[in-house]
Amino acid sequence: MTDPTTNAVPEGTAPPAIPAAEGREPIDVAVPAMSLVVLVGVSGSGKSTFAARHFKPTQVIASDYCRGLVSDDESDQTATSEAFALLHHIVGVRLRRGLLTVVDATNVQPKARAELIKTAKERHVLVDAIVLDVEPSIAAERNRARPDRDFGEAVVRRHHRDLKRSLKGLKKEGFRRVHVLKGAEEVAAARIVLEKSWQDRTEETGPFDLIGDVHGCRAELESLLTELGWAIERDGEGRAVGAAHPEGRKAVFVGDLVDRGPDTPGVLRLVMGMVRAGNALSVCGNHEHKLVKHLSGRKVGVTHGLAESLEQLDKEDEAFRAEARSFMDGLVSHYLLDGGRLVVAHAGLKEEYHGRASGKVRAFALWGDTTGETDEFGLPVRLPWAEDYRGEATVVYGHTPVVDPEWVNNTICLDTGCCFGGRLTALRYPERELVSVAAEQEWYEPVRPLRPASIERDATTLDFEDVSGDRYLETALVGTVKVRAENAAAALEVMSRFAEDPRRVLYLPPTMAPVDASDVEGFLEHPAQAFAQYRGKAERVVCQEKHMGSRAVALVCRDPETARGRFGLDTGPAGAVLTRTGRAFFADDALTDALLTRVASAATASGLWERLETDWMLLDCELLPWSAKAQGLIEDQFASVAAAGLAALPAAVSALDAAAARGLDVADLAARTGTRLSNIERFAEAYQRYCWPTSGLDGVRLAPFQVLATEGANRADHRHDRHLELLDALVEADSTGTLMGTRRRFVTLGTDEEAAAADWWTELCAAGGEGMVVKPVLDGRPRLQPGLKVRGREYLRIIYGADYTDPQHLDRLRQRRLTHKRSQALREYALGIEALDLVAERAPLWRVHQLVFAILALESEPVDPRL
Amino acid sequence: MLLTITTTARPATDLGRLLRKHPDRVQRFEQSFGAAWVFYPEATEERCTAALLLEVDPVRLARAHGRGSGDASLKQYVNDRPYAGSSLLAVALGKVYSTARTGVSEERPELAAAAIPLEIAVPSVPCKGGPELVRELFAPLGWEVEAEAVPLPGFDADSKHVKVRLRGTMRLAEALSQLYVLLPVLDDAKHYWVDIGEVDKLVRSGGDWLAAHPRRGLITRRYLAHRSAYERAALTRLAEAEGAEAALETPVEEEAPAASEEAAERSMPLHRIRIGAVLAALRDSGAASVLDLGCGSGKLLAELLKEQQFTKVTGVDVSSRALDMAERALHLDRMPERRSQRLTLAQGSVVYRDKRFAGHDAAVLMEVIEHLDPGRIAAMERVVFGEARPRTVVVTTPNVEHNTRYGLGGHEFRHDDHRFEWDRAQFAAWAGAAAERYGYRVRIEGIGVDDPETGAPTQMGVFDRD
Repeated sequence: MTDPTTNAVPEGTAPPAIPAAEGREPIDVAVPAMSLVVLVGVSGSGKSTFAARHFKPTQVIASDYCRGLVSDDESDQTATSEAFALLHHIVGVRLRRGLLTVVDATNVQPKARAELIKTAKERHVLVDAIVLDVEPSIAAERNRARPDRDFGEAVVRRHHRDLKRSLKGLKKEGFRRVHVLKGAEEVAAARIVLEKSWQDRTEETGPFDLIGDVHGCRAELESLLTELGWAIERDGEGRAVGAAHPEGRKAVFVGDLVDRGPDTPGVLRLVMGMVRAGNALSVCGNHEHKLVKHLSGRKVGVTHGLAESLEQLDKEDEAFRAEARSFMDGLVSHYLLDGGRLVVAHAGLKEEYHGRASGKVRAFALWGDTTGETDEFGLPVRLPWAEDYRGEATVVYGHTPVVDPEWVNNTICLDTGCCFGGRLTALRYPERELVSVAAEQEWYEPVRPLRPASIERDATTLDFEDVSGDRYLETALVGTVKVRAENAAAALEVMSRFAEDPRRVLYLPPTMAPVDASDVEGFLEHPAQAFAQYRGKAERVVCQEKHMGSRAVALVCRDPETARGRFGLDTGPAGAVLTRTGRAFFADDALTDALLTRVASAATASGLWERLETDWMLLDCELLPWSAKAQGLIEDQFASVAAAGLAALPAAVSALDAAAARGLDVADLAARTGTRLSNIERFAEAYQRYCWPTSGLDGVRLAPFQVLATEGANRADHRHDRHLELLDALVEADSTGTLMGTRRRFVTLGTDEEAAAADWWTELCAAGGEGMVVKPVLDGRPRLQPGLKVRGREYLRIIYGADYTDPQHLDRLRQRRLTHKRSQALREYALGIEALDLVAERAPLWRVHQLVFAILALESEPVDPRL
Repeated sequence: MLLTITTTARPATDLGRLLRKHPDRVQRFEQSFGAAWVFYPEATEERCTAALLLEVDPVRLARAHGRGSGDASLKQYVNDRPYAGSSLLAVALGKVYSTARTGVSEERPELAAAAIPLEIAVPSVPCKGGPELVRELFAPLGWEVEAEAVPLPGFDADSKHVKVRLRGTMRLAEALSQLYVLLPVLDDAKHYWVDIGEVDKLVRSGGDWLAAHPRRGLITRRYLAHRSAYERAALTRLAEAEGAEAALETPVEEEAPAASEEAAERSMPLHRIRIGAVLAALRDSGAASVLDLGCGSGKLLAELLKEQQFTKVTGVDVSSRALDMAERALHLDRMPERRSQRLTLAQGSVVYRDKRFAGHDAAVLMEVIEHLDPGRIAAMERVVFGEARPRTVVVTTPNVEHNTRYGLGGHEFRHDDHRFEWDRAQFAAWAGAAAERYGYRVRIEGIGVDDPETGAPTQMGVFDRD
């Protein structure tokens, strides 16, 4: 909501036509845009009509309606208590969700109102009352006209007496404002005006320079503003009285402008000037709060640097002191900026308090989440609210001095203890750059030494609620992706029991869909369909050799310091080599480290770190041989089938031969059995090509085919020409022979390069290859399958069974449905891209984990496993 | 897919009369999964062989299996069923030779009632237990058993398939009924195709040979145990993506390994002793509300619910299958309301902070931590000791020193899913450090017989705080 406007009633829900009293000026009734509005009036005073006229139907919760819901009879008085329980529940839920809510009940008794006020306070929402004070005779008259109101005038009179008795003390009950509409005429003339809250500055989109606790350090503030590019405006005496930024940036102070430092009045003069000119905003800090209290003559302890401020202010004239007092008195607890994406509060603010108003909210914003206890230095113990923060909005705050500002769950503390001889720090938003200037000296001795960080980071703590139940995740590529609770449940088990430490599981590879079925005789998959599918969507594609091993994601760090500093990996390998489901590839950490070292050395030798300006990279790879990871599966599933077939079919063939020799007619059966024997022989050959013994890293090959992310950059785009070129350099620089290149051909679609590439594929497959992957090569990220696999004819025997090439099977298999698989591939890809974005921008681990977890959950959806 | 029955009882061709299949004909029998053929590779006065050959249509098989099973694993498409002498073969045998199986023959009643020399060959029998089990099952029935493991092509290992040849003098009907029951038992796979009711009946009525069979326990167990198959569907798909197979099995209840199944039946019920020790620790702590993390099938929950002291009992497991098992084992559906109100079952994980864990006086991690990768122990500590912070935490875990008493070697663990097993010094060191980090005191006890050399089989740490 922006400026106060009349509350629009949506189309199609036109209010009943009650003409505004003619010739009467409308009476504005201003209520907060996010609030609880309690209508008060006797039965028949016109509350429902009033509500319907001024509010959306969903905003109005009527006691009669709730009575109907719990009893099928809106006038069943025996259901009243349950009806009100329901009403309070609905009101509570709506307010928690930040929705304007209107209660349509008589509310003439204090007890009924107290219950509603309590509900609102618990949700930190303001409450207004609108009293419809209509003469009892008119109300009674209206009731008589309605068949469902069979109670007599006595009830109305009693209600009216209750109301009269209440009116005087109404405000004191806890309502922010009480609007009394006297008589039917005023009721008819009323017009609702929604008032935006003080905190709501969502229309301010910046860019902002957010400035940490200044604490009277005027000189440092001037230096910082200059550093940030502000032009400072001075008065005749050379005092800074304002500042403006040539690019129209706006400064936002996180509070605690005053106390401790050498020039509190100077800071106030400058900031007041900036605010007055509309160039700055400031929230209230606990020091302003206390100073105002003192200036207003209330008793406060003159400690923590207050004495300095008072002494300095004494030297100013009375007019300045009055102005300063009124400025500080008017500071609000927190601001919602940039469409709600940015929240500024002095001591931070948990999500449920954003944009809310109550004593608790203000206390939190000023002092943080305190326990009421004090620590060994006599300072209040503060709970690490930021660690639990899971909100979308960025929260910027100060209050607790830290050595270095650090992002914790999308929150940052900018108080770098300038007055204690530290620095004065600003955050550029939305750039998220930190700029700071050193203190000129220690202006005030700290009670407690500065802590290295505001919060001891514990990135490993993930919350069940981050991942459980039905979840909806936003992606740039395909919009909302839904994860079903049952799939999340399966993923929870796998993540908890088998996956690597979440700090290592920053990405999981999406599944890949196969091409449309081929109509080439004897083939289920063929390159022609892949080219056809991309034609018109991309000009060029790359055909990449599909290595037949196991998919692996490698997090490679330049050195153990990077692993520790950037990813917090202080135990275990200095990086990760993960399987598709996030497990460590090797049970032995030493093997992981050894493999990572080989990759890192190759990166160093090839100058890749410098070229990509990074100290780490996330690689998408295939790890060979297949048997290195999947030996158990191969033995149990594939070799076991071959064993059974190779034992049984020769025996069957010889039994049939013997029968034929006796003159029995078994020719057809014998021919079919013979074919099956040769099929199972080819099946056995097919899987054996992908198995070879390994010992330690001997025999292990790693084929990286895409750089997914590096510091500050999500590189998972469609420029595979560049990816492969980068990786060629890496492979070439590997002196150990572990790294393996990926053969490829680029194809301009619609040219005879297509046919040449198909021949190339045939050769690859004939030499025992699994097949290839066709990927579009283009700029940008269109909504497009990121790749299509085209698997070889013999390889597919492993997947579809030895006999799949029989014409009757092949014809049926061509009918395979790919819709779900494609959708799964695209959704997983979209989630993966989001995860890489977050990794690159150092987002909190739980956010990355949500996405990675979702990919794993989607993998458990029932899709034909042969696709 | 192939089973041959040979006799040398003269005239051998009378085998055709017993089987009611003419030796000079090739007959086809329609089956739900394809076709069964009967033909005679040899048929002379001296020697006659009837071959039963199955042509399994993998598509029909997958469809029959896929329906209602919820299973979408690759196994339903690529499996040994078309080749192996499995329950499919048993079903076909039961149908095709149904009359012969009754042992009643109008044409040759005396022959049907007589023991005749028989030779039965199946080139590939999937057998969980290998050639040894084939011998154990058939030798006591009077067969001379030839059983040889089929090698795994491409690997220096044996497959689970066994080439089987049985020789003996036996009534044909009896031989058929033995094959009908024992082929699926050897396979020990989920046999959707055998009518469980029928087998159940057969087992209970105790066919002549079954009642006296030394392995009747295993035979009945394997027959009746495998009924549900589809609950693990989602996890199986993940396991396949992983390239791992059985590793995903939920480690619900586990016990010290025993040399044989018989020994297991006799062995000391350590889990009862362990539950007793945990209950005692909880009773002493004065806890009224208990959180059982990793509750498995709910053995501890059942005991907790019996005691009035525990007014609130929460069972948490990361496996939804374990929770289903607990729900069934505890008979939640017919538990009196006063009792069920005290119990909550929920899926959760000890490495994810969870606000539902808060508000309990005590938490139990009974035989749970050894299922966590060592790198995740710190996360578990944080969730349990740091966030949930019950007044009391009881942790039990195996004492690896005791493993020698189970005949386990140096690197062998008691369960496949154990990521580590600690000796007493390691457990004490971890417990002490965890207690220190999170402000608890800890007391360590042994559970089970306290072996002077190795210590007790299980170790327990009882943590408490003010």
